[in-house]
Amino acid sequence: MAAHSAVLSMSKIFNPFWGGRFGNTVKVFGTTLTSHRNRSSRNPPPAKYGGRHTVTLIPGDGIGPDLLNHVREVFRFSCVPVDFEVVHVNSADESEDDINNAIMAIRRNGVALKGNIETIHTMAPSVKSRNNLLRTNLDLYANVMHCQSLPAVQTRHKNIDIMIIRENTEGEYSSLEHESVSGVVECLKIITRTNSLRIADYAFKLAREKGRSRVTAVHKANIMKLGDGLFLQCCREVASGYPDITFDSMIVDNTTMQLVSKPQQFDVMVMPNLYGNVVSNVCAGLVGGPGLVPGANYGLNYAVFETATRNTGKSIAGKNIANPTAMLLAGCMMLDHLKLYDYATMIRNAILSTMNETRLHTADIGGQGTTSEVVQSIMRNIQSKGPLISER
Amino acid sequence: MASALRGSLVSLVKGLSGPKWQLLASRPLSVSAALCGPEAPPARADATFKVTMLPGDGVGPELMTAVKDVFRAGDVPVEFEEIHLSEVQNMASEEKLEQVLTSMKTNKVAMKGKIHTPMEFKGELASYEMRLRRKLDLFANVVHVNSLPGYSTRHNNLDLVIIREQTEGEYSSLEHESVPGVIECLKIITRVKSRRIAKFAFDYATKKGRSKVTAVHKANIMKLADGLFLQCCAEIAELYPKIKFETIIIDNCCMQLVQNPYQFDVLVMPNLYGNIIDNLAAGLVGGAGVVPGESYSGEYAVFETGARHPFAQAVGRNIANPTAMLLSAANMLRHLNLEYHSNMVSDAVKRVIKQGKVRTGDLGGYASSDEFTRAVIANMAV
Repeated sequence: MAAHSAVLSMSKIFNPFWGGRFGNTVKVFGTTLTSHRNRSSRNPPPAKYGGRHTVTLIPGDGIGPDLLNHVREVFRFSCVPVDFEVVHVNSADESEDDINNAIMAIRRNGVALKGNIETIHTMAPSVKSRNNLLRTNLDLYANVMHCQSLPAVQTRHKNIDIMIIRENTEGEYSSLEHESVSGVVECLKIITRTNSLRIADYAFKLAREKGRSRVTAVHKANIMKLGDGLFLQCCREVASGYPDITFDSMIVDNTTMQLVSKPQQFDVMVMPNLYGNVVSNVCAGLVGGPGLVPGANYGLNYAVFETATRNTGKSIAGKNIANPTAMLLAGCMMLDHLKLYDYATMIRNAILSTMNETRLHTADIGGQGTTSEVVQSIMRNIQSKGPLISER
Repeated sequence: MASALRGSLVSLVKGLSGPKWQLLASRPLSVSAALCGPEAPPARADATFKVTMLPGDGVGPELMTAVKDVFRAGDVPVEFEEIHLSEVQNMASEEKLEQVLTSMKTNKVAMKGKIHTPMEFKGELASYEMRLRRKLDLFANVVHVNSLPGYSTRHNNLDLVIIREQTEGEYSSLEHESVPGVIECLKIITRVKSRRIAKFAFDYATKKGRSKVTAVHKANIMKLADGLFLQCCAEIAELYPKIKFETIIIDNCCMQLVQNPYQFDVLVMPNLYGNIIDNLAAGLVGGAGVVPGESYSGEYAVFETGARHPFAQAVGRNIANPTAMLLSAANMLRHLNLEYHSNMVSDAVKRVIKQGKVRTGDLGGYASSDEFTRAVIANMAV
């Protein structure tokens, strides 16, 4: 709540200065302000007609297209009222037309399901990561993943149940790098008060909504006293508005060590961009790997769903051995976001029972099954157990 | 049940055809074999879908009988919940309307005949048809005007979509006599609803792979109202760089439609213009009996005929053309994800029209409605 009022009061201060004369230029100073102010008039109405939703589908590279085809197959099979608008992004193309096109499509539909787009490092430095462009342009500030141990998957640690909330738009991912004198490269890490407040607020709100009791902020404020210090301070400020939720903080290096030795101590974690990247991969590894955990990116107006660890999986592409679980669960998260809870539960239960009861596993978690076998088992499960649709 | 299973198998194969085949071709063999092999489970058609049915007035009940007959013959997993709501037969009341709304809340989908509105003023400005539309917030009316192969008219191979805003504009039911002899009737255009219908039109064009949206207006006279509509359309058009956006004035649009209708793709317009253009365009391809229509809100979808007339003079004479309602029913099945059944019904109707042996009076034939329905059933490849 504190964050909200803070943001509002900020926009109030800004209004008289920028409101009348500059109009659109406010965007330059902070997209949040404009989106807060003109949310109703700027944001197009949702693409939902007659109960059917339209969702942007970005197949991406590697295993993405295959997995998303499986998602479409399961959705069609379950009679889910969702239509997909497929938008291809060519990762080898240096121009930004493709990604702009995809961003436009998400602006229209509000929701997207996405495979990871490969970032080719050998291209010119001016070519930014398409995935990052998409997140920053749509202002998808909160990356959420929920790591939970699955009983059927053999892992070193049991009973893990961690929610990770990662700031998604600033920090080290600012794409601001330059060579000030030759041989000296500066890469800017940006931490802003507005963005830190809103990610902290998001974390606490989510914790309260899900009935969690503790939020841990991950930082490196002992070294980056100003940058991460600001982040930590913002988290503290927001925490004071949530007396029912315990707040503590932990330094990132210690966090990773604690995660691999005693992960059960964590509940909800909130952190800036790069730490989030590292910690979410550690956590996904703890519960069984990148094929199991779905992830979501939320902004004020848009939501994009993908696998939590954002792998392209190029090495196993086209071999029919990738684990479809993460992408299917991401699809379920999307259905939840669209308020199609019944369909989401039906598909999610089928996925989990294939995993835990049928015990049909792909190679990444030590099984013998292929991707399509798992998907077919899930569909068979939906057929036998799913509720009749007319009984919604 | 067996036929339903077989049907869903075919629909699975059909669902795989088209763009997906190309993907399969580039995949290793093992995947494609596993996907279309005999062990692939059929599409999940074991559910029955409940649909609200409002037969309405005039020939509506007869057309609904045709739909029910065809569905029964085709083993379509749809169950109708029939509610009779009619103003002319004194069967309309608040409770009836409430009943329809409750039924819609669970079913979300309806088939509807025209509920006739008496012309004379009896103290209530809004008809039940309008009230239902407003209660369900059915803001978008879609009429897909498509020439029927085999029935030739002045213009053949027509394929255009008319999208009409139908909750505001001239249909506001706001009329009053300010001084005796002076009546004011308010036409309301709002930004929110204009943007919503414009977005709907562009989303529809995207979904159906169409390339152009034309906004129809009269902004040269109603500079503010239709001007706002036009401005909203232009704003939304910016979000769709791949779809061409044009505007045309309503009077010119009418002339162009009868002269060279091929230039249009998707048309979007406010309420009254939509009403006129719907009927005009339906006339181009064979009249009210052959063009299906549908209305959408965020939550609900109502399937009906494109040009909504009760056709009361035909009641009981067995001469109404069921084509429009049957095609509309096919569209409804597609909306319910019953792709296979949808194609089955629409293909059968189109085959009967193409053969040209069984035609109702409005298409120049001598067959009765029943004969037509029977011909459709006979042509269904169950």
